[in-house]
Amino acid sequence: MEYDIILAGVGGQGILSIAFVIDQAALEAGLFFKQAEVHGMSQRGGAVQSHLRLADSAIYSDLIPRGKADMILSVEPLETLRYFEYLKPDGAVVSSRTPYVNIPDYPPLDDIFREIRKAPVNVLIDSEKLAKEAGSLRAQNMVMLGAASIFLPLKEEHLKKYIGVLFEKRGAQVVQTNLKAFDLGRQAAFQKD
Amino acid sequence: MKKEVLLGDEAVALAAVQAGLTAGYSYPGTPASEIMEYLIKLSEGGRKFVAKWCVNEKVACEEALGVSFAGKRALVSFKHVGLNVAADPFINSAITGANGGLVVVVADDPGMHSSQDEQDSRYYADFARVLCLEPANHQEAYDMTREAFDLSERFGLPVMVRLVTRLAHSRSSVLVREPRQPNQGLNYGRPEDWTLLPANAQRRFRILLERQKDLKEYAEGSPFNQLFINDQNKKLGVVVSGLGYNYFKEAAIDLAVEPSSLKISTYPFPENKLRQLIEQVEEILVIEEGYPFIERLIRGVVGITGKKIRGKMDGSLPSSGELTPDAVAKALGLDEKKGLKIENFKLAGRPPQLCVGCPHADTFKALNEALKDFPHSNVFSDIGCYTLGALPPYKAISTCVCMGASVSMAKGGAEAGIFPSIAVIGDSTFAHSGITPLLDAVYSNSDMTVIILDNGTVAMTGGQPSFGTGAPLDRLIEGLGVDKNHLRVIIPLPKNHELNVKIIREELAYHGLSVIIARRECIQILGEKKRS
Ligand code: SF4
Repeated sequence: MEYDIILAGVGGQGILSIAFVIDQAALEAGLFFKQAEVHGMSQRGGAVQSHLRLADSAIYSDLIPRGKADMILSVEPLETLRYFEYLKPDGAVVSSRTPYVNIPDYPPLDDIFREIRKAPVNVLIDSEKLAKEAGSLRAQNMVMLGAASIFLPLKEEHLKKYIGVLFEKRGAQVVQTNLKAFDLGRQAAFQKD
Repeated sequence: MKKEVLLGDEAVALAAVQAGLTAGYSYPGTPASEIMEYLIKLSEGGRKFVAKWCVNEKVACEEALGVSFAGKRALVSFKHVGLNVAADPFINSAITGANGGLVVVVADDPGMHSSQDEQDSRYYADFARVLCLEPANHQEAYDMTREAFDLSERFGLPVMVRLVTRLAHSRSSVLVREPRQPNQGLNYGRPEDWTLLPANAQRRFRILLERQKDLKEYAEGSPFNQLFINDQNKKLGVVVSGLGYNYFKEAAIDLAVEPSSLKISTYPFPENKLRQLIEQVEEILVIEEGYPFIERLIRGVVGITGKKIRGKMDGSLPSSGELTPDAVAKALGLDEKKGLKIENFKLAGRPPQLCVGCPHADTFKALNEALKDFPHSNVFSDIGCYTLGALPPYKAISTCVCMGASVSMAKGGAEAGIFPSIAVIGDSTFAHSGITPLLDAVYSNSDMTVIILDNGTVAMTGGQPSFGTGAPLDRLIEGLGVDKNHLRVIIPLPKNHELNVKIIREELAYHGLSVIIARRECIQILGEKKRS
């Protein structure tokens, strides 16, 4: 088994938190993983991405070759499109529909959605609305992880366990908010199909 | 043995501690910062070793050298351009030799994700004539760093470990071994070895040259240099190092017959193993991250009769930027895989930018406004978040070269006739390399204005402590001899805009040296403080 994921978003949207939860859940399931992160300058409001590879045998490359990703998981719709060339022809796109507009030439949203829908498997999620419902706008990343979880070769309980670990230090309230965000995202993704 | 999930940087840090580290030193710089971040975290866990940020890389390297002199194990880590700053002690440490194990970890940044160049540190190791280890994955980063301490003590020389961004910032699991104790007691280096008077230095250099054959012998037998001969494939042989190995192995799965290969992880590289490989095949493909270091050595001036050599120099692989699995697969003759395409859609770029509410933004706005009165000005700048002031909407700066260069270049610019000649530099960059050029400017009473953006931290790399901030910074500048009347402090906030423009304008108009400190804390750091 191999499962390659491109995580995408804008610096500050918490894609490394998504990566942490997936990494730990993979480890718990006895899988191998490699995860290439972006640190430094691009974290300042720029496009950021992380290549996350899971497999049941040793993984060589830290980077996913083009046309090999099983999933693009993105917290921002324009960023979803930036990595389309990495997606397998039958790969899944799980994308937020909430734009993060910090550039003057942000394209019309409808054009973005039109392009995203060209992927054979695509799930567009209103992460802003669901995160608000869960109790915090910052939890959009966990909404998206929840939505992606319906495809991931990982157990829901393992993912949730590490959401708990990730937010433990911030207190029980924050843990609850993020777990709820995960659930809402997951439900929304199921309703899609 | 225990499995831990670690960044490449963290694997290095943990290995150093478990190799019996007495002290680690560093200056922040992407992609090396997380080595020291992790060392500090480990040192807070009750383990007894020193882990410290230093004012710059040269200082860090010299502090490590002092530890080695005392017979203890030391680690110094920085990014590739940091080694330029530390080049003096690094090169000379090969002459003095190492007493306690001395490991220099350098993280190169091919592709310049967060850097001004993509220089290849293997040249520095070659230049200094010391061993260089180049891991391809997390486990090797851990194993080689541990080994590096032993090698340093065995050969009495510093050892370099070369990382690249993709390994430094990639996470995977690592099997870790039992830790060992640091060296006990003090064991001084011999004065005749460490005092580089010409007579001593000449003798020590001869010793270094003699030792080269031991290093070569080690590299030849090193288990990290793996030769694989496949008698089924006489056509192609691959010489590969670092992350190139991973991309090669990934692509090799799709090849009908795997080529013979030599994986080089220890330099000086194993010449005999290389000869064995070359004898087997007609064509050699060299895959390496960074400059064509191995490739150039293999090619020499006249090449090898009857053999075709491919790599970065003939365009088989891109000559700049980071290697990718796709580029390597293509060089191996595999078809390019295609992913989904987007058509008729313009993908807007999203470059990094200053955070909303960043103090630098307010300073740049005020500076741009003040500069309207001075059509022939120039703003020299430096390395930090504020380098983003080069981009719209600010377009406020016109240079960024290396740490501290804003101040020295502004002085040169002023002497060439630019008025007003302005330097914009952050507080930490100023402490790192801006103090000495400012002293130079004081001495000449240069006609220039230095604006120090004091946000109290090394923001770009994640908020490490700054050595020149707040009131001590003011005193430092006064102490350098800057006229008190032309040392001004502003608080870059939107509500102070008019006042700040006025102050900046006054100092720009002044003929002589002036320093303006724009002081407000980085909002990211402020946010973190509030959260915790
Ligand atoms: S991290 Fe701090 S200094 Fe850097 S852009 Fe953000 S607010 Fe400004």
